[in-house]
Amino acid sequence: MFPNKGDYAGVPLNPEGRRVADAWDPAKDQTAGEQCKGYGAPAIMRIPGRVHIVWQDDNTLRLDTDAGTQTRAFRFSSAAAPAGPATWQGSSTARWERAGRGAGAGSLTVVTTNVRAGYLRRNGVPYSENATVTEYFDVAPHPADGQVLIVTTVVEDPRYLQRPYIVSSHFKKEGDGSKWEPSPCTAAW
Amino acid sequence: MGTEPVHGRLVVLLLFALLTASPAFAQIDLSGSWGATNNEDLAGDSVPVDYTGIPLNPEGRIRALSYNESQYSMIERQCQGLPVFYFVQGPFGVKIWSDTEPVKGTTISYTVGAWENRAPFVIWMDGRPHPSKYAEHTRGGFTTGHWEGNTLVAYTTHMKAGFIRKVGPPISDETTMTTRFYRHGDVLTVLAIVEDPIYLTEPQIMTRSFQLQTADLSPVGPPCVSAYQGRMPGESVPHFIPEQNPFVDEMTTRYGVPRDAALGMPETLYPEYRKKMKPGAARPAVCTINCVAAPPPANR
Repeated sequence: MFPNKGDYAGVPLNPEGRRVADAWDPAKDQTAGEQCKGYGAPAIMRIPGRVHIVWQDDNTLRLDTDAGTQTRAFRFSSAAAPAGPATWQGSSTARWERAGRGAGAGSLTVVTTNVRAGYLRRNGVPYSENATVTEYFDVAPHPADGQVLIVTTVVEDPRYLQRPYIVSSHFKKEGDGSKWEPSPCTAAW
Repeated sequence: MGTEPVHGRLVVLLLFALLTASPAFAQIDLSGSWGATNNEDLAGDSVPVDYTGIPLNPEGRIRALSYNESQYSMIERQCQGLPVFYFVQGPFGVKIWSDTEPVKGTTISYTVGAWENRAPFVIWMDGRPHPSKYAEHTRGGFTTGHWEGNTLVAYTTHMKAGFIRKVGPPISDETTMTTRFYRHGDVLTVLAIVEDPIYLTEPQIMTRSFQLQTADLSPVGPPCVSAYQGRMPGESVPHFIPEQNPFVDEMTTRYGVPRDAALGMPETLYPEYRKKMKPGAARPAVCTINCVAAPPPANR
């Protein structure tokens, strides 16, 4: 489900952002084939669903989502991201932060640009193609079993936001992929 | 020439000793005033029966449904306060500071400042043990902490029974909490995992992010002063018969949230519950309440 039209509580929208949010028309998105506007990199980690993370190659961490069937590629190369048209998931560069003394792996920092304009929330709260997404991935033990993944997302968008939009989400690691259930993007309920 | 390798080994050994020495100081600095961003899309207390995302067991749900917020009009309950983990739920920023041992310079404790309805959260870093299970329970509980790399990990026991959310879902005095503080530049993300064998079916996991601000936050909240608010001391405690709570369907009516989700049924915490939601779900109407954009930053 998603919030009511015009519900942008907590989002630091500027007047232009509010105007765009108030004009949201999900039927129009569906007809235009833009059902994935709510599943872009700035928002995808807040969509209820599961993520699957694997090494795609030596320099690329791949994150798949079952909600919206999206794929993100986190490149660890220092080389510039290949130029190309903006996409829902944009171009992401990644680096490990130092863990500090007495610890194993550190946090993962991912910076994403070149995103296609979409929605911070599925009810039409907008971000523009100028948005930059900085994410921090941390892992903690789960008291019962497995691990918890914490993702802190910072979205900066000079077009629609007055200041950074910061949210954190968490995921519980599962023993296997039996509950993985990809579903397509939808602009409907 | 023959002594160089020995010197080299000494240097390597010294470096190794320095790098592996047990951390006597903070790994990173958490001190400062951290403003609440309040960008999260969950309020959690906008209607009286909103237990979404809380894995309540049947007993916890019954107690929650018996709660009536008019209890706050009772003089003896106005200042009872909320558990320490309210700092990752409430709308306020936090001030964090450390107390330092004067000779060695090591950190004795960190304190997350209080607010009007929340006790200070003191994290003891000096290795002291938790008190006996028979020791007094307080609103702030007893917390010890240690560093795991750049993450401050805290463990809290000895909290008083109270609420896991302002609208009445309970926690018992057997509740424990593990808190982790992750600092990434000017952003602080706090993970709180609350475990309660009495009222929860599984741990309740919460996260909240804060942003470092230059304006100084107060280390204490305004004092809570009880006053007459319509109920005399000794009058009955406002409550509902759980099966007759008049607000049980308000989330469904207002937001289209199924009753099971509003009541904190554990299965509703997980994504597959979406399939059960669709048949009875109606498209929400235009937002008319609690839907404004974030206000400008405030020193709160």
